[in-house]
Amino acid sequence: MDINDLRGLSTLFLMISFIGLCFWAYSSKRRASFDEAAQLPFADEEQNQRTMREEVRND
Amino acid sequence: MSELNSALEHPTYNYKVVRQFAVMTVVWGIVGMLVGVLIAAQLAWPALNFDLPWTSFGRLRPLHTNAVIFAFGGSALFATSYYVVQRTCQTRLISDKLAAFTFWGWQLVIVLAAITLPLGLTSSKEYAELEWPIDILIAVVWVAYAIVFFGTVAKRNTSHIYVANWFYGGFILTVAVLHILNSLAIPVSLTKSYSVYAGTVDAMMQWWYGHNAVGFFLTAGFLGMMYYFVPKQAERPVYSYRLSIVHFWALIAVYIWAGPHHLHYTALPDWAQSLGMVMSIILLAPSWGGMINGMMTLSGAWHKLRTDPILRFLVVSLSFYGMSTFEGPMMSIKTVNALSHYTDWTIGHVHSGALGWVAMISIGATYHLIPILFGKEKMYSVELINVHFWMSTIGTVLYIASMWVNGIMQGLMWRAYNQDGTLTYTFVESVAASHPGYLVRVIGGGIFFAGMLVMAYNLYMTARRDASEDQPASAAASAA
Repeated sequence: MDINDLRGLSTLFLMISFIGLCFWAYSSKRRASFDEAAQLPFADEEQNQRTMREEVRND
Repeated sequence: MSELNSALEHPTYNYKVVRQFAVMTVVWGIVGMLVGVLIAAQLAWPALNFDLPWTSFGRLRPLHTNAVIFAFGGSALFATSYYVVQRTCQTRLISDKLAAFTFWGWQLVIVLAAITLPLGLTSSKEYAELEWPIDILIAVVWVAYAIVFFGTVAKRNTSHIYVANWFYGGFILTVAVLHILNSLAIPVSLTKSYSVYAGTVDAMMQWWYGHNAVGFFLTAGFLGMMYYFVPKQAERPVYSYRLSIVHFWALIAVYIWAGPHHLHYTALPDWAQSLGMVMSIILLAPSWGGMINGMMTLSGAWHKLRTDPILRFLVVSLSFYGMSTFEGPMMSIKTVNALSHYTDWTIGHVHSGALGWVAMISIGATYHLIPILFGKEKMYSVELINVHFWMSTIGTVLYIASMWVNGIMQGLMWRAYNQDGTLTYTFVESVAASHPGYLVRVIGGGIFFAGMLVMAYNLYMTARRDASEDQPASAAASAA
């Protein structure tokens, strides 16, 4: 075994990581939590309104 | 309930630093683009160099690139990342003082750049021209930025870290590594230093830095912007959150390898050139994955484009992103690069990304932010946003079309041989033939620049405190 085997293995390792990532991201178990995460930009209107009321006009 | 209790139980966001950076985005945009129009005019009319060292093209060109990338783009990234991280983590910035330090520190860096570059003080590394004392200041400000950003993520009130923050985080971390490693130098005086790298290694370090300045500063950071402001402005969640995760990891894993395509047919070993080329071509996949994810967010809401010029800015920026991330991999192919390298085609490609993608998404995000940051319902004039949108689009198209024509023409003229093996054209003949393209570029760039003035007027009119608009509840506070 020499350095080139390590190089080949590192390519294989990256490929497995990428495929693993795809399976992880697209697994149906995680669908609900990702759908929830996708709503985060719309979840804090109250705090934004409060900042606009209390801070923005005072600065 | 007392005021104090209310503040503890109902925290607010730090919009002050966001507002400061948002305003400076417009200011530095105007300054940087004005210098850009000036140097474009110098190429069309060399007399505009005024025969003075301080106003010569060689000194003003880095001033332009630093101003638009780091002052304009940087301010937009600071503003939006501070805004997005607070809103999606539902918590205030971890330190107002440190955030204020990053604002004033970054402005100081910009002012120092604007002084030293025209004086000819430069390390001569492209997009990293600033001399070592300024480099150290940048590193300090950047570490403070990382502490504010990641500290805020750490104290979030949400279980999930929203995808935009992953992109901003990747951008902040990688730019720190790139800046520090590429800028390593041995100072010989306060204003002069020599890089610790030499020869081909220096070139490889430089373009590892240079291309990842594109990949992380000008892409990952602005994709963070895209993942928040496109869904927010379209009022619907991102098309596929799962695709966004694959997008993030694929993009950051591949971008870091693409640098060698800047060094095709140089002393860089052939295998490294080919590696850079292959990685650049693979990069098309994550780039387009992200572009499609942003575009498809509008599916079912396309009609909003008819009435909302801010959304138009955001979506057209994605079109330009898709276009330039197709063009880039194509130009990285060695045989195409043999034609395109060192010609104006490269300049056209850069500006299709810089004007079409980076500037237009920043402008769209800034129009989204300004009314919120100044406590207004909407911008002073939506019609003027629309005018600005068309000026930006027409300006960009004129710019990149003229550079395509110039670039391909230059490439073909330089490689033309006569039957006896002599060159068909002298170099200066290709310069003379480029003149019409340079004129069109001045016009296109000028229109884009004028659009920024329209934005500044709209910003001023929106920010102007109109007494009659003040809510009665806050009247006492605003009088204080």
